[in-house]
Amino acid sequence: MTETDPMLPTEQGKPDPNDSAIEDLVACPTCDALYRLPNIPIGSRARCLRCHTVLTAPREGAMTRIAMLAGTSAILMIAAVFFPFLELTAAGMVQRSSVLDVVLVFADGPFVGLAVAVAALIVVLPLARFLSLIYVLAPMGLGWRPAPYAIAVFRMAERIRPWSMAEIFIVGVAVALIKVAGLASLSLGPAFWAFVALVLITAVKDNFMCRLTIWKTLEHRSQ
Amino acid sequence: MQIDDMENAGTPQPIITARAAGLVACPNCGRVHRHPAPARCARCGLALDPGPDKSLQRVLAWLVAGMIVYVPANIYPMLITNTFGHSSESTILEGVVELLQHGSYGVALIVFVASIIIPVIKFAAIGFLALSVRRQSILPPPARHKLYEIVEFIGRWSMIDVFVVAILAALVQLDFAATINPGIAAISFALSVAFTMLSAQSFDPKAIWAERDAAAS
Ligand SMILES: [Zn+2]
Ligand SMILES: [Zn+2]
Repeated sequence: MTETDPMLPTEQGKPDPNDSAIEDLVACPTCDALYRLPNIPIGSRARCLRCHTVLTAPREGAMTRIAMLAGTSAILMIAAVFFPFLELTAAGMVQRSSVLDVVLVFADGPFVGLAVAVAALIVVLPLARFLSLIYVLAPMGLGWRPAPYAIAVFRMAERIRPWSMAEIFIVGVAVALIKVAGLASLSLGPAFWAFVALVLITAVKDNFMCRLTIWKTLEHRSQ
Repeated sequence: MQIDDMENAGTPQPIITARAAGLVACPNCGRVHRHPAPARCARCGLALDPGPDKSLQRVLAWLVAGMIVYVPANIYPMLITNTFGHSSESTILEGVVELLQHGSYGVALIVFVASIIIPVIKFAAIGFLALSVRRQSILPPPARHKLYEIVEFIGRWSMIDVFVVAILAALVQLDFAATINPGIAAISFALSVAFTMLSAQSFDPKAIWAERDAAAS
C-alpha cells in the first residue's frame, strides 16, 4: 500500500476561516491536527503526521464490496444462529447446542439480563451493523442518492462497532471446549465454521472501509 | 516520507490544530466548521463539543463504576458445577487454577490475561490518561496516545470469560450427570467490562495533545 502524506494547511498559508474551501480541510478525528487533503490517489493512504490515525484510504469500488461482504456476513450469521455449533457426547447422549440455546438457557431465571447482553454482543449488534452497512452503502455503490436517514444509520453502525464481539465469542468457544474436554467429548458443528467465516469476512470488510470517503460521499449526494 | 521529522517539536512547519485555526472540528468525521459552530456536525450530524471537563467527568465516573463491580466479580463464584449431586463453585481465579491443574496452560493463560491482567491494566491506564490531562505528564503525548489505542483495542477481549460461562451452561445441561450454571460474578464481570469500555470511549484523545498545542500557540 502506498502512503501519501496529507498536506499541512501551512503549506498553503494559514487557513482562513472565511476561506470558501473549508470543505477541503480535514481535522484528524483523534488529535484535531488540521490538514488540507489533496486528491489522495485510490489505493493509497494518508495518515495523521503526529498520531498516525488513518485519515483516508480510498479504494476502488469499496462501497459495493463492503455492501456485498456485509450481505454475506448477515447470511452466515443467520445460519450460525440456527445450526448447531457444538455437539457434546457424554454417557451415550448427544447434546447439540446452537447459539440460540446459549442465549435461551438463561432466559428464565436471574440471568435474563446476561442472556440479553450475550445475545446482543454476539448476534444482534453484529447483525445490526451488517444490515446498516448494506442499507447505507448499497445505494452509494450503485451511484444513487443516499437512502432516508442514511447518515444517522451510518453513525449508529460506527457506534456499534466496538460492541460487536463475534470474534471474541469464537475464542470463548475454544476455551469452553478445553474446559469440558474431561467431562465429555465435543465436536464442532457447522455453525461454528459459519461464525469463523463471518469474522474473517468482517475483518476484510473493515479493511476496505474509508470513513472519510463514505462521509464525504454521503454529504455530497444528500445535497 | 517526512513523517519522522514532522514528529519533533520545532519542525519548520508546525502542526496546527483546527482549534488553533479558529475552527471547530467534528471528532467523528473530521469535518471543520467556522465559529459559531452549529449544534450538530454539518456532515455526520454528531452533536459537537460536550466540553472537555464534562467528558473527563464521564470517563472517571464510568471508571469508578467499573472498578466497583470488578470487586464482586472476583469474590463471588463465576461458575457453579453440579456433578452427581455434589456442587462446587469457582471464582475467576479458581477457574484459572483448575485449568492449570488439568494441564491446559495455554488456555489458563488466555483466561488469566483476559479476566485479570487486562482489566487491571485498563483501570490503571485509563486513570493515568485521565489524570495526566490536567498536569505535566511523565509520558510524552505520542506515548500516551499509543497507550490510549492499546486500551481501546484490548478492552473488549475481557468479555471472553463471560462467553465461556454462557457456552458451558448451555452445553452442560440437566440431562447429563453434570450441570453448569453461571454465578453472580458473571454478571458483575460483564458489567465491569462494559463500564470500562464506556469509560475509554468517553475519553477524548485530543486532550492528550492539548497541552502541547496550548504551548505551541
Ligand atoms: Zn492525529
Ligand atoms: Zn461529523
